[in-house]
Amino acid sequence: MLKIWNMKQKQQQAETAASGGKKKKVTAAQLRVQKDLSELSLGSTMKTEFPNPDDILNFTLTIEPDEGMYKGGSFHFTFAINQNFPHDPPKVKCTQKIYHPNIDLEGNVCLNILREDWKPVLNLNAVIVGLQFLFLEPNASDPLNKEAAEDLKSNREGFKRNVRQSMTGGSVKGQSYERVQK
Amino acid sequence: MAEVLQKNGVSAPRARWKHLDKILTRPGPFTDEDWVPGEDVIEGLSRTKILVIGAGGLGCEILKSLALSGFKDIHVIDMDTIDVSNLNRQFLFRHSDVGQPKATIAAKFVERRVPGVKITPFVGKIQDKDEDYYRQFTMVVCGLDSIEARRWINSTLVDMVDEDDPDSLKPLIDGGTEGFKGQARVILPTMTSCIECQLDMHAPRAAVPLCTLATIPRQPQHCIEWAHIIKWEEERKDVTLDTDDPEHITWLYQKALSRAKEFNIEGVTYSMTQGVVKNIIPAIASTNAIVAASCCNEAFKIATNTNPPLGLPGGNNYMMYSGDDSIYTYTFEHLKKDDCPVCGNVAKKLEVNGDMTLESFLESMAEKPEAQLKKPSIRSEEKTLYYQSPPSLEEQTRPNLKKELSELLENGEEVVVTDPAFQISFKFKLLFK
Repeated sequence: MLKIWNMKQKQQQAETAASGGKKKKVTAAQLRVQKDLSELSLGSTMKTEFPNPDDILNFTLTIEPDEGMYKGGSFHFTFAINQNFPHDPPKVKCTQKIYHPNIDLEGNVCLNILREDWKPVLNLNAVIVGLQFLFLEPNASDPLNKEAAEDLKSNREGFKRNVRQSMTGGSVKGQSYERVQK
Repeated sequence: MAEVLQKNGVSAPRARWKHLDKILTRPGPFTDEDWVPGEDVIEGLSRTKILVIGAGGLGCEILKSLALSGFKDIHVIDMDTIDVSNLNRQFLFRHSDVGQPKATIAAKFVERRVPGVKITPFVGKIQDKDEDYYRQFTMVVCGLDSIEARRWINSTLVDMVDEDDPDSLKPLIDGGTEGFKGQARVILPTMTSCIECQLDMHAPRAAVPLCTLATIPRQPQHCIEWAHIIKWEEERKDVTLDTDDPEHITWLYQKALSRAKEFNIEGVTYSMTQGVVKNIIPAIASTNAIVAASCCNEAFKIATNTNPPLGLPGGNNYMMYSGDDSIYTYTFEHLKKDDCPVCGNVAKKLEVNGDMTLESFLESMAEKPEAQLKKPSIRSEEKTLYYQSPPSLEEQTRPNLKKELSELLENGEEVVVTDPAFQISFKFKLLFK
């Protein structure tokens, strides 16, 4: 057998001591989320809520835009992070039925860094900044709600009216939306 | 070996090992000066208890090669059963074995073919076993297809290292393949770069933008992903998708097919649906053979010390193999990361009074010269003890500050302390005085 232990002693890592207890260890995903949460800058327009504070891998984010077309609304998202984070991106869904070109009626969100452009170097802050940006600058070229995207492309003023209409709980083109005003 | 030279009949006990014995019974140009060839080395090799994780494409190759390299006490873990689609490359299985557990069948087959080898199967998840189980092995060889499982065994082996116990350090040999590409790497937990340090070596799964799936699918795969991600949620929200359930796959296949028709896309098939949904990566038998062989040679060198293995501190530890554009291999040293969440800092033992409040404990952290934390956040595996941020979580965990450590934690439990001012986190194993 190779004399690994001799080599290890040569490395003189004497300070790193660990005993062989069977106590549960903080997982790598938890550790990374803890780091990300401590670096979160929510500002005045966002807040988080943890239904179970011991479970930091599942929480909700509320965005209340203070400018743009969605000003005055209160939008809720669930974050579900698995043990493979940050290799896997967090799963983010909008819990309300809203009128938005990049969010479908089921709450799926089309944000590049949540899927095709996710990289482990990105953190939760990047995701929430991305979400916030969707409300400031809805993007007609990546549609999930095709009708909303068409409206935004063809008639920006009409789209703005539809946003107001939908946010009060009204319907747009026969589709009813949830009331999301503060 | 003397035995082989004396008896020249077929029954000579070491006839099968004639070639290996040339290496095991005489010093070579790479052997240490104090290395003694012969009986002890052979004996040591056959006594080495080695664990193989995975009995699939790589696992079959690894089990076979280890048995043919002189290992005699092999254990194997796999949670899967044999599927008919495995038979093209997982050569320890036959058609009549379909539906049976891989670990058991593989163990039986190799035991039958290589007399004298004992293979102990375990059908289940690696997470079912604890440190006591892993402690019995000399080393671990992985032939896995999941990053999650690799991360789990890696952090388990890193955490097991006990400074006072040489036997607690288990070399980890990891093989992986994807089509014509693959890698073999050797990790000496806490000493050299670990799987968590090398996490960015795994290419993330290629994903298609959600809006493409929702609006303008161009490929049959887009239609399948649409059925998988969007349609299932819409129509069968309450059913958990089981990718091994033919009814579920058929449902997705039908939905994908009708969507493909709508967009004039051809090529959606049942097996493509299965492949996309289960993220099946094309497996090439010979790539498995190359990577597994490399892993087993490293295991052999570590067990016998006949030649320098991959993975020595300060040397190369990662062999990449790329066979998709002609052929290229490159062996290099992947450096250990100082801020690696797994091996960057092994938990330090810290004696504290159980009746100390969490608040005073955190204050003492601020005074500790090696920590000097300004805004520490702390948790155990089960509990969020105190977080400085975000505000809602701070509020929820604030009451813990007044509680005593012994109310919040068990004796010997591990806590992790982080601070935005530092890249690395601090791990402590709190022992109550």
